Amino acid sequence: MKMSLFIVALSLGVSVGSAAAADSDGLTVEEIVQQANHMALYQGQDGTGKVTMVITDKQGRTRQRQFNMLRKDDGDADQDQKYYVFFQRPADVRKMVFMVHKHAALAQDDDRWLYMPSLDLVKRIAASDKRTSFVGSDFLYEDISGRNPAEDTHELVRMTDDYYVIRNVPKQPHTVEFAYYLAHIDRTTLLPRKLEYFKKGDRLYRVIESSEIQSITAQENGKTVTYPTVTKSIARDLENGSRSEMTFSRVRYNIGLKESLFTERYLRRPPREAIR
Amino acid sequence: MKRHRCPDHYRVLSAALLLCMAAPLSQAQEGPGGALLEGFAPLEVHGFGELRGGYRTQNDRAAKDVSVMESRLQLEVSTFNDWADFKYKGDVWADGVTEQGHYDARETWVFARPTDFMDIKVGRQVLTWGTGELVFLNDLFPKDWQSFFIGRDMEYLKAPSDAAKVSFFSDLANVDVVYTPQFDSDRYITGEYVSYWDAARQRHAGSDARVHSDRPDQWFRDDEIALRLYRNINNYEWALYGYWGFWKKPAGQAPSGAAAFPDLHVYGASVRGQVGPGIGNAEVAYHQSADDESGRDPAVDNSEMRYLIGYTQEVGRDLTAGLQYYVEQMLNYGPYRQHLSGRWARDRYRHVITLQLTQLLMSQNLELSLSSYYSPSDEDAYLRPSVNYKWTDNLTLEAGANIFLGDHPHTFFGQFEDNTNVYTAVRYSF
Repeated sequence: MKMSLFIVALSLGVSVGSAAAADSDGLTVEEIVQQANHMALYQGQDGTGKVTMVITDKQGRTRQRQFNMLRKDDGDADQDQKYYVFFQRPADVRKMVFMVHKHAALAQDDDRWLYMPSLDLVKRIAASDKRTSFVGSDFLYEDISGRNPAEDTHELVRMTDDYYVIRNVPKQPHTVEFAYYLAHIDRTTLLPRKLEYFKKGDRLYRVIESSEIQSITAQENGKTVTYPTVTKSIARDLENGSRSEMTFSRVRYNIGLKESLFTERYLRRPPREAIR
Repeated sequence: MKRHRCPDHYRVLSAALLLCMAAPLSQAQEGPGGALLEGFAPLEVHGFGELRGGYRTQNDRAAKDVSVMESRLQLEVSTFNDWADFKYKGDVWADGVTEQGHYDARETWVFARPTDFMDIKVGRQVLTWGTGELVFLNDLFPKDWQSFFIGRDMEYLKAPSDAAKVSFFSDLANVDVVYTPQFDSDRYITGEYVSYWDAARQRHAGSDARVHSDRPDQWFRDDEIALRLYRNINNYEWALYGYWGFWKKPAGQAPSGAAAFPDLHVYGASVRGQVGPGIGNAEVAYHQSADDESGRDPAVDNSEMRYLIGYTQEVGRDLTAGLQYYVEQMLNYGPYRQHLSGRWARDRYRHVITLQLTQLLMSQNLELSLSSYYSPSDEDAYLRPSVNYKWTDNLTLEAGANIFLGDHPHTFFGQFEDNTNVYTAVRYSF
């Protein structure tokens, strides 16, 4: 009985989605969501960048995080990815490495490792909840590694001059803290510009905004291309009054990172790409 | 202990001077740069200053009331050039327990990747492998149990090795070979900081009866080789281990009566990976007491099998729980019993259950953690509760305890009952 109700609910969600897909620059809502997902996470075969985060609490006290990030995609299907994060600040986590083999399949948890250089210790991280804070900031782990679009149903609620506004409802509400979120997706670049998270009763409690976009020049198959990239974003927690500002610098794409960088060898001793 | 303790004040002073000199060197990066630093990346200088104090919560006739009391400076200097990475990390501290100044170089190494399939790291370094959480089966690199039991930072559980580590990588498997030309023992319990059960005298002993040992120390003869062969298959990490050296803490008696480090060979295996919603690990090791495989020599410890199985899972928001079951099995128990001559006997099997809980709160700035060991066979336990708060990005406050419980004065943890202590620390990192 429960099962059949679930299936009904699921098919309703899908039909609402496709009904709303009507005319949006010739794109269906699923196409918009897939492209936005690609733009946010999968541009280029690989990428590196330097990340600075400033976390400001309600009292105005600030904390800083700084790390270098390497990323490599498995194939071109916008699915699995590997991440390598080399911490530089604060002092107590300096030179620690966080490595993730991200699995797009819904049933499969990401594999995560942490290397602690003072103990020469390679730790497997058991965390399976992706909606916990990333490095103590207002960004969640899932904001960094990306939320799989297949976890939500999508509905185009309106179109402004600049944005598609898409309402995303979790298929498994008990696994997340939000009831739904609205994504404002740029109609030109298809980059998500603003995400608004609501709890039950349409209560807005969390906002992430992309406040700066830069066009990054890169080589793709021998041609020069540009990737519009979010270089500054701000996450605000309206419940506890804190905000985190994340700045990307020195962004590069398609540098030919080796697959082996994302193994225990480089976890224990970082590659030059990560240290610099 | 000779590398650890260094009562020679000149050496402490010169080390402190060296540390101080390193700081202005880091400024060189700003200027035109001397010829010496040509081709090197700017020196990175970091470290921390720390005050730490702790007391025994009960009277220990064999030890002071103060369990730890120190002001410590750690300095770390690193750089790299085209072909290698370089690092120095050293501690100086004034110690209120020994009432002396100390210096300990924790890392002084050069690392290079000469080819695509090989890494080399030579010098003083901290080394760790194996899957156990605070339980070691195939990791025979030196531990510092004194630091662990008196409540120093976790970093100090690992003592450095003076070694060369060469790693080879291939699609088939990877190999680590660690060669230590002169045996590095554990920094085991000697009575200096922590009192213990003196089996020879059948009594509780401390700084009044320090362990005197006859440690193998001939370069290139009393050496150690540790080997790991490992492979990652679909993110299940499989490994085989080998070790040829000595028991890491006294495991026998020399004819002189001093504590001895008999030969030890270890062969083992481990696996670790995702199981259900958490991480599972299993490890096994055969500790072959190579000086007396029959177990008949009462002056040499028995060979042992060691088994470990563990599971770690996130059980709540930012709350992780890890459970392990660990067994040590004596392999020549009959002969061991025969030679006891009335002294208290170990059990053939020592069973230990460990539980680790870690809770992060207040935007992950507050960490509450509990590590606990409980042995139903020895009827003893060891609890390590701690609270760690990051006041700012640089300033950390910490408080904790080392609680030893036991029904018998001679069991592994029970013997330390009078060392139960509470401690607190403040650290400024830069």
